[in-house]
Amino acid sequence: MLLPMSGTGGDTMNESVRGDVVAEGMSPFRLGLARVRGNRAAVVAFWVVMFFVFVAIFAPVLVKIFNIDPYALDREAINDFGLPAGPMGGISWDHPLGVEPGTGRDILGRLMYGARISLLVGAIGTILTTVVGVTLGMIAGLRRGFIDSLISRLGDVTLAFPSLLLIIALANPMTQRLESLGVPSGNTARITYIMTVLTLFGWVYMARLVRGQVLSLREREFVEAARSFGAGTGHLVFKQLLPNLWPQIIVFVSLSLPGFVALEATLSFLGVGLLAPAASWGIMLGDSVRYYRAAPTYLFIPGVTLMALVLAFNLLGDGLRDAFDPRSDRQQL
Amino acid sequence: MIFFVVRRSFFAIVLLLIVSAFTFWIFSALPADPAALTCGKNCRPEVIESNRERLGYDKPLVEQYGAYMKGIFTGRTYGEEGSSIHCPAPSLGYSYDRHECVTSLIASTLPVTASIALGAFVLWMAIGVGLGTMAALKRGKWQDRVATGFSVIGVSLPTFFLGLIFIMVFVIWTGILPFPRYVGITENPFEWFMALLLPWFVLAIISAATYVRMTRNGILEVMNEEFVRLGIAKGLPRRRLIVTYVLRAALVPIVTIAGLDFAFLLGGALVTESIFNLPGLGKLTLAAVVNSDLPILVATTMVAAVFIVVANTVVDILYGFLDPRVRAK
Repeated sequence: MLLPMSGTGGDTMNESVRGDVVAEGMSPFRLGLARVRGNRAAVVAFWVVMFFVFVAIFAPVLVKIFNIDPYALDREAINDFGLPAGPMGGISWDHPLGVEPGTGRDILGRLMYGARISLLVGAIGTILTTVVGVTLGMIAGLRRGFIDSLISRLGDVTLAFPSLLLIIALANPMTQRLESLGVPSGNTARITYIMTVLTLFGWVYMARLVRGQVLSLREREFVEAARSFGAGTGHLVFKQLLPNLWPQIIVFVSLSLPGFVALEATLSFLGVGLLAPAASWGIMLGDSVRYYRAAPTYLFIPGVTLMALVLAFNLLGDGLRDAFDPRSDRQQL
Repeated sequence: MIFFVVRRSFFAIVLLLIVSAFTFWIFSALPADPAALTCGKNCRPEVIESNRERLGYDKPLVEQYGAYMKGIFTGRTYGEEGSSIHCPAPSLGYSYDRHECVTSLIASTLPVTASIALGAFVLWMAIGVGLGTMAALKRGKWQDRVATGFSVIGVSLPTFFLGLIFIMVFVIWTGILPFPRYVGITENPFEWFMALLLPWFVLAIISAATYVRMTRNGILEVMNEEFVRLGIAKGLPRRRLIVTYVLRAALVPIVTIAGLDFAFLLGGALVTESIFNLPGLGKLTLAAVVNSDLPILVATTMVAAVFIVVANTVVDILYGFLDPRVRAK
C-alpha cells in the first residue's frame, strides 16, 4: 500500500510537520477514507447498507410502485387453513415474496417497512449512546479527580447488571409507565422504552474509550500549546480533542449499529419489543415459528434480510476499523 | 497482594449491594401492584390486602429491602402462625403465581442453564481458539480467509435465526435429531446430550465468532514480541515455539474474557432456551415476564448479577496474580 503505516488519527500534527511522509498533507480522515475505498468487501457492504437506507426512506413510494400494501389483509392469497395459497409461500405477481400465513399480508411490503424500523432503532440508539458516551467520557477525562471516579464507578455498576435480562423483564411495565407519563401509547412508547434502556446500558463502552483517549491526548504538545494560548474548554473539546477522536468514534459507531439492529429484532421476536401490526422483522420471525412446516419461506426471507443488513454493517465496520485504526490487523510478521 | 484481594472483594460486595438495591427499587417503582397480582382478576379487595400484609408489601421500601436481604441468610416466613409459608435460607422471595419459594424455582432451573452454558463454552472455546490459531498461523492463506469469513458471518447471525434454521434443517427436514426435550443428566445422560446438542452448537457458533478474531489478533500480536524473535533466532522448532510460548501468552486474556462470557450465559440463555423450549433460568424469566411475576424477576436479575460480579472479581484477582502492574493500580 502506498500510504504510510504511521498515519494514525492522533498524528495530524506530526505528519504535517514532517511533511515528506504524506505527499499532499491529506487529513487522517481522508487517508482513512482512501483506505476504505481500497477494501472491496467494505465497498460492497457500503452499497448494501445504502440500498437498505434507500428502501427504508422510500418505502411508502416503493410500495405504491410495486402495488403492494404491507398492512392489507389479502384473503384471496391464503387458503382455508390460513396458509399461503400457491407454491413457495404464495409467491406470485401480486406478492413477489409471498404472503404471511394467517393474515395474507404482503411479505415484500412488510420487509420494506421493517427496514424503516430496524434502521430507525439502530440509528437513534447509536446516536443516543454515542452522544451520552462521548459526553461522559470527555467530562471524565478532562475533569479527572472526583468526577472521573464517579463516572467510572457508575460505569462499573452499569456493567454489573444483566442488561438483556433486565431489558426484557422491565419491557411491559416500563412501557405502561411511559404511557402514563404521556408518551403516545402503543409502539411509540415501546420504541421510546427500547431507546432509553439501550442508552442507559450502552454508554459505558464508548465513555471508557473516549476517557482513555482524552487522558492521553490532553498531555500531548498540541493540546498544551492550545492551552498556553489561553484556549477555553470549548475550544479544547471541539477544536483540539474531538477532531482526533472522530476516527475511533466512527469505527465504534459502525460496529455498534448492527448490534442495535439485531437487538431490536431479538426483542420483537421474544414479544417484548414492537407489537404487531408493526412490520418489524423480529415480529415476522417470531410469527414464522408457528408455520415451520407449512411456510418455510416465511422464516427464511425475513431472516436472510436481517442477516444481510447486519452482515453489511459488520463488514463496513471492519473495513473502517482496518482503515482508521492501524494497530488492529495490520501488523506484519 | 492480600490487600488487593480484600479490596477487590470489598468492592464486589458494595457493587452487589448497589445492584440489588437498584433492582429491588426499580421493580417496586413499577405500576404493577405485586399484591394485586397474587390472585386472579376477580379478586376481592380484602384478599389483596391480606396478601399484601402477609408478603410485607405494606411496609416501607427500605424495610422490605432489609427483610429481603435478611431472608437470604436466615430464611423467611410469610404470614402468621397457622397459615404461614416458610422459605428456608437462602430465601429469594415467594412467587404467588407459582405457589413456590423462588429459591426452589431457581434451584430447579439452574442445572438446565448450567448444562447449556457449560457445553456451549467447551465447544465455542474449541472452535474459536482452534480456528483463530489456524487463521493466525496460515495468515493470508485460504485457511485464514475461511476462518475470518466464519467469524464475520457468525457475528452477524442473530441467535434466534440460527436456532430456527437448525431446527428446520436437523429436526424438520432431515429428522436427524428429535425436537429437544430436556431430561436431567442423572435421569438419562444420552437423552440429555441429544436434547442439548443443537442449543450448544447454536450458542457455540455465535460466540466462537468473536473468539476466532480475538485469538487470531492475539497470536499475531504476540508474534511481534521480542521473545518470539529470540526463539526464532536461537532456532527453536516452530511447533514448540508456538505451543509453549506464543499460545500461552496469547490465550491468557482470551481465557479471562471467556470466563466473563460464561458467567453472563449462566444468568440465563434467554433466546436459546426460548427457541429450544429448555426449562432454564431464561425460560423462567420469560414466563415471569408474561405473568408479571415480580418476585421471580427480581430474583433472576439478582442471581445473574451475582454471576457477573463474581466472575469479574475472580478475573481481576487472577490478573493481579499474573501481572503486578494491575495490583499497583
